[in-house]
Amino acid sequence: MTEKKNRIIRLTRPPVVLASAGLVGKKEGEGPLGDCFDEIVPDATFGKESWEQAESEMLRRTIELSLTKAQRLPATTDVIFAGDLQNQCTASSFAAQTFSLPFCGLFGACSTMALALCMAAIGLDSGAFATAVAATSSHFCTAERQFRHPLEYGGQRTPSAQWTVTGAGAAVLGRANAQPGGVQITAVQLGTICDLGVTDPANMGAAMAPAAKETIAAFLRFSRTAPDDYDLILTGDLGAVGSELLYALLKKEDGIDLSPVHNDCGLMIFDRALQDVHAGGSGCGCSASVLCAHILPRMQRGELRRVLFVATGALLSATSTLQKQSIPGIAHAVLFSLDN
Amino acid sequence: MSISKEDYARMTRRVSPRSPLWLDCLKAFLVGGAICCFAQALVEGLFRLGVSRDNAKTLAMMTLIVLTALLTALGWFDRIAKHGGAGTAVPITGFANAMVSPTLESKAEGFILGAAAQMFSIAGPVIVYGCSAAAVYGLIYYFLRK
Repeated sequence: MTEKKNRIIRLTRPPVVLASAGLVGKKEGEGPLGDCFDEIVPDATFGKESWEQAESEMLRRTIELSLTKAQRLPATTDVIFAGDLQNQCTASSFAAQTFSLPFCGLFGACSTMALALCMAAIGLDSGAFATAVAATSSHFCTAERQFRHPLEYGGQRTPSAQWTVTGAGAAVLGRANAQPGGVQITAVQLGTICDLGVTDPANMGAAMAPAAKETIAAFLRFSRTAPDDYDLILTGDLGAVGSELLYALLKKEDGIDLSPVHNDCGLMIFDRALQDVHAGGSGCGCSASVLCAHILPRMQRGELRRVLFVATGALLSATSTLQKQSIPGIAHAVLFSLDN
Repeated sequence: MSISKEDYARMTRRVSPRSPLWLDCLKAFLVGGAICCFAQALVEGLFRLGVSRDNAKTLAMMTLIVLTALLTALGWFDRIAKHGGAGTAVPITGFANAMVSPTLESKAEGFILGAAAQMFSIAGPVIVYGCSAAAVYGLIYYFLRK
């Protein structure tokens, strides 16, 4: 089903990125983007008693760091949009608790960062908020526990599987003109669920690629733009398999060659040849940390001027997998432009 | 999207890398074989020290279980199993790891509803179907012998 209606939400008063921060674990810090992250935390427990609390602490620290960088106090911030992969989004709830701010917990699996940015940007554009935080996290150990096996269980991973990133990213957004010359969000598009019948939870890239294709194709069509009009079209965590499938689907159905301007956070964060992560990184913290610590700072330095960020999510649960349901995919798009 | 689910499944199969089957088999054979040789050497050694054959077999099994539990707790077992595959899963090492790993991990949820309740989350089905199969086999054996 090809999207017939224009779903792009143009922001007439485009919110600006005041600051962003990305924090990752040891393995991610050893990857090719190691130098970009604001903090690399070698202790995966973050000094806490459980992995779940560790993830909350990681997210809390990232939000705090982004607010400090934006020179904003929690008291002068209006809302936090955050999400993670844990059941009932508890990592975000416990992290948000410490700030005493209005909090909106979101679940979009690995697409959550884009979803949080969409929500924050729409709220800022409408005038409902003056400052909003969008943040997400994922932790390898909590995700393994929840979706796969115990950490020390001796199993083998298939080559199409991806490695959940231990990391978090947070962006502080302000109203238009709050920071002239900065990075703006000029348009967003919420995705529709797309399911081409993939049931293999060890091949999330394949499950999410159709959703990415639908969102990207619709965004390009309705904005009357071509891949060349962007410096970068960045997907969240399609990995090696999903990226291949995205190229193939776009070429076959829309005649679009995305490969020259495309990159994927899951492919950027790890060195697949050296780090034994199979098809690449995944998790809400993957796209969030890469976007907040690498891409947005590059935009702020003027190295990239127009970036379409499309984070994809595989909306499955451990229960739906056991019940042999196929994996619904989703992709939300956020257009970042450098203000002239 | 005009592509059919079947076409997409074909496309996915084409792009998705496959597990190196022969290499995995070879590694499973070597690792599993090494574990079994070690256990057999234990049995023979104990037998020579004067332990009865039945007791020697039980002791060898217990040794494998304790060693696996230790290696699991130290975080080394999964690194061996990553290569060993069925070679570590099929001997009693796999069973021991399947009991110890969820137990260790669920400590945070308490000793009763966490560690003890989760202890059988992976090994439980093996016990259920293992015992069921043994009962069925026992029945068949009983009637055939009559």
